[in-house]
Amino acid sequence: MDKGFEELLEHWKSQKGNVIPLLQKTQELRGYLDREDMEAIAEVTGKSPAEIYGVATFYAQFRFQPPGKHTLKVCHGTACHVNGAEMLDLAIKTELGVEPGETTEDGEVSVERVACLGCCSLAPVVMLDQEVHGRLTGDKLKKVLRKVGT
Amino acid sequence: MTEVFVGLGSCGIAAGAREVYDTLRQELSQRKLPISVSVTGCIGACHLEPQIEVRTEEGERFLYGQLDSDKTLKVIEEHLVGGKAVEEYLIPFDYPYLAKQKKIVLANSGLINPESIEDYLAADGYKALRKAVAEMSPEEVIQEIRTSGLRGRGGAGFPTGLKWFLARGNAGTKKYMICNADEGDPGAFMDRSLLEGDPHAVLEGMAIGAYAIGADEGYIYVRAEYPLAIKRLEIAISQAEESNLLGSHILGSGFSFEIHVKEGAGAFVCGEETALMASIEGKRGMPNIRPPFPAERGLWGAPTNINNVETLGNIAPILRMGAAAYAAVGTEKSKGTKVFALAGKIKYGGMIEVPMGITLREVIYGIGGGIQGDKKFKAVQLGGPSGGCIPESLLDVQVDYDSVTATGAIMGSGGMVVMDETTCMVDVARYFLSFTQSESCGKCTFCRMGTKRMLEMLERITQGEGKMSDLEQLEELALKVKQSSLCALGQTAPNPVLTTLKYFREEYVEHIQNKRCPAKHCRELIRFRVIEEACTGCTLCAKVCPTQAATGERKAVHRIDQTLCIKCGLCYEACRFNAIELTTGEVPAEAGATEVEV
Repeated sequence: MDKGFEELLEHWKSQKGNVIPLLQKTQELRGYLDREDMEAIAEVTGKSPAEIYGVATFYAQFRFQPPGKHTLKVCHGTACHVNGAEMLDLAIKTELGVEPGETTEDGEVSVERVACLGCCSLAPVVMLDQEVHGRLTGDKLKKVLRKVGT
Repeated sequence: MTEVFVGLGSCGIAAGAREVYDTLRQELSQRKLPISVSVTGCIGACHLEPQIEVRTEEGERFLYGQLDSDKTLKVIEEHLVGGKAVEEYLIPFDYPYLAKQKKIVLANSGLINPESIEDYLAADGYKALRKAVAEMSPEEVIQEIRTSGLRGRGGAGFPTGLKWFLARGNAGTKKYMICNADEGDPGAFMDRSLLEGDPHAVLEGMAIGAYAIGADEGYIYVRAEYPLAIKRLEIAISQAEESNLLGSHILGSGFSFEIHVKEGAGAFVCGEETALMASIEGKRGMPNIRPPFPAERGLWGAPTNINNVETLGNIAPILRMGAAAYAAVGTEKSKGTKVFALAGKIKYGGMIEVPMGITLREVIYGIGGGIQGDKKFKAVQLGGPSGGCIPESLLDVQVDYDSVTATGAIMGSGGMVVMDETTCMVDVARYFLSFTQSESCGKCTFCRMGTKRMLEMLERITQGEGKMSDLEQLEELALKVKQSSLCALGQTAPNPVLTTLKYFREEYVEHIQNKRCPAKHCRELIRFRVIEEACTGCTLCAKVCPTQAATGERKAVHRIDQTLCIKCGLCYEACRFNAIELTTGEVPAEAGATEVEV
């Protein structure tokens, strides 16, 4: 166990409702949740590993595989849907060869499908790492993706 | 001194406001101009982003929209240096989108710096809290809110004053006040905008509520997808604590209240109050049976009161203006204003606040400017996955809780997505159901399985494989899902299906009987073909086609191989001669020449 993770456990150990914050901070630290870390969290929170795994798998935010270097979130909110978000999925498929939920073979980009990024008036939008790109078409998205160098 | 304000909300930033901000900062400091640049939230006119406002020493205000760095340089050169406003980028203050709104909750958004408590105080901030703790008893505060007629803005419209009254009435030394900011409806961003634009207003509302019900601890449960809102809330909380507006013995009184920010982890069902509390406690966010209601046994077993962000944003204004003045706005049973996120195929989208009782037509045409590209209006979707689609014949319906519910939709939290003739209503129903189906927590059988079976039927119909008997089965199952689900997610999940079946049944029938998608949206029922007479053989379609379905020699008519085409529409977008046609239904006889059939 490394120091950063140990400090995390120590900090949250005795706080009320600490399970989800612990999972979130661990994922922030590691990029994903692995079995060993979840077992350690179970131990400090006094719960069973199954319970921790049960909580983690309930929420969409948690990943159990290492993510790609870049994360591409494709918004499938209502406004994006009626403005053609499905076409963006197709463009991603043809450009990167992956579907939502997958990571490119070279480990560069993970593609996620999200419910709403809250930028409805710029629909359809994607979020590449921390940056939102709006008013996209399949072609424009391909240009955005080429900038990441994949 | 002249001041410049840049709107840096999430959508402003997405539209390029950061660039405008950086240009301003850089250029003004280089030129050593005595002009301050401040950050503000969103004024709600998302279609005009990035925006800046110039306020002169004499109090004159100029609003500029749709800027980029070059335009910003021009504003600096001609207006800030030259003293002459750049007319062509200027947005008049009587611009209908802005002028027809009534701002109570959003009064400060876009005008003050959300990261400055001084700005909020200067706008009469925390006056209501001061008044409550110094001059009013908790019962008087509750009575004031009851008199105002305020109803919960999270969707169901439960009277806020009554909710507080019930929470107050429950004995217990420990009580909690929770702000529900788990804005999960896809197509809604009101709460995000308010939290980003005026976080102190929400804190003040929470503190007044806590004082009224007797709580000393509170939680704000925010979606993790809203990092900027979380950051600004945390700044606001620490500022309020420093000024003794939160914390122990607030303003020297006997009232103490502390607030924690809790990040959600991505589960739509956590917007339901019992699921939300389970999630704060660190469990799977699954709803529990009510009663006991949270007011009796809520978070960690203590009496708890939960209000939505926008509801809390109304509290301080009510105490400031007085319940009677507030109740003068709106209709008999729905008081005050409602914030909507206007999006979809609307011309001028963004966040708007309108008085209750305004008609949908006035919102869509008067404020939103009608449909993009002047296409034909088809429906407006209210209430997200729990709501429904309202057709044109009902556009004169008033926006209030009861009138909207009578249409089969619900007021919901405020998502208002406008759809035009190119939106397929069967697909919209399928879309919402696929959302609720995947977000169902799985506790109730009908919600878990019933929505799945309904989704399968809708998928079949959109693929041209539906049967007429599917329609009756959909209706039957919809009713059962509504009746047999514990929480609002299941109880309302069938609404989008039921309203589209009610108002747009002919579209379902077209998909089933004629294998046509009238909106030309459903991929299995459409095809792209080359119009021979229009094709110049420029090869552009062949270049963009990812599957080599579009082929042809230079200067010769191209063709699209239907067996290879994945209907991505790239050729249709790319063609400069309108030589690619989108069709649905039976293949026309003459099509054989340009289409390779299986």
